[in-house]
Amino acid sequence: MPFKRYVEIGRVALVNYGKEYGKLVVIVDVIDQNRALVDAPDMVRSQMNFKRLSLTDIKIDIKRVPKKKTLIAAMEAADVKGKWEKSSWGRKLIVQKRRASLNDFDRFKLMLAKIKRAGVVRQELAKLKKETAA
Amino acid sequence: MAPKSARVTRNPELIPGVRKISRSKMYHKRGLWAIKAKNGGKFPHHDKAPAATPVVEKPPKFYPADDIKKPLSNKRKPKPTKLRASIIPGTVLILLAGRFKGKRVVFLKQLSSGLLLVTGPYKINGVPLRRVNQAYVIGTSTKVDISGVNVEKFDDKYFAKQVEKKKKKGESEFFEAEKQDKNALPTEKKDDQKAVDAPLLKAIEAVADLKAYLGARFTLKDGMKPHELMF
Repeated sequence: MPFKRYVEIGRVALVNYGKEYGKLVVIVDVIDQNRALVDAPDMVRSQMNFKRLSLTDIKIDIKRVPKKKTLIAAMEAADVKGKWEKSSWGRKLIVQKRRASLNDFDRFKLMLAKIKRAGVVRQELAKLKKETAA
Repeated sequence: MAPKSARVTRNPELIPGVRKISRSKMYHKRGLWAIKAKNGGKFPHHDKAPAATPVVEKPPKFYPADDIKKPLSNKRKPKPTKLRASIIPGTVLILLAGRFKGKRVVFLKQLSSGLLLVTGPYKINGVPLRRVNQAYVIGTSTKVDISGVNVEKFDDKYFAKQVEKKKKKGESEFFEAEKQDKNALPTEKKDDQKAVDAPLLKAIEAVADLKAYLGARFTLKDGMKPHELMF
């Protein structure tokens, strides 16, 4: 099983530890065996250990250490945000965030909705069972 | 009186211990010569006011056997409990202790003792007008419109226990009769409950599912971590 996601200039990664937890960043340079120079539209360009990054499938076309403006333009051109939110990994994170932000009342309404849906499914199943039995 | 402007010293200190103007010059500056002249060569002298003759106190007839220490005076006035910012009138609260633990309840107002006045409403979950301590309550972010409710008349005295008049004569029959009376809630309190709940019920029925929400108890289920839950 070969590797598919490589550390390279332009690789988009997700920060999985530290102050910037949960942010999407772009690798703009490699410092040494363990660290990369990393940048995002809403943060100061800084170094990060690779262990703090989870590589994604998304890659953008940039040269080594671009200016902030160039970086933002390249991210727009590649539609990083859109690709991320459509990917299954990105969608899962969005759902997690939504669930964590639910109110007590929201959780109650969710419970009612789940019960209702289960009831509808069970009715349909019962109908199908009757048809095959008959 | 007209406000006094900050007085400039007539004799400033140039360096520590050395003032600007000499003693004799200061005497002249202060006008002491003029005061003397006005008084005929001498400095005006006022006799001491006659001292009021002290009231003769009779020595006390009784001295206590031991000298008792007087406790220090305590002028501390306890402050009313600070209400959490998340709890405002109309908030849905979750009660955590007592007979109604887990019930979701509407907050009405904070009483002068610091306790929170709360109601079910009674028809929805059986919680009457009741006082509750802020420490045993979770404030949710769900709010009910409480504008139609008048809670002015409720205070701590309303919830005080009814004082029983002592009855020495007459035993068993009297006691039974009194017990029955005490257990029944006076109609006045029932009417108060209805008066408070009526506008609340209207406001609650206006929101979908809110009535069922208030009727259900809060429980922790598998996987729910209270420190991670948002209320």
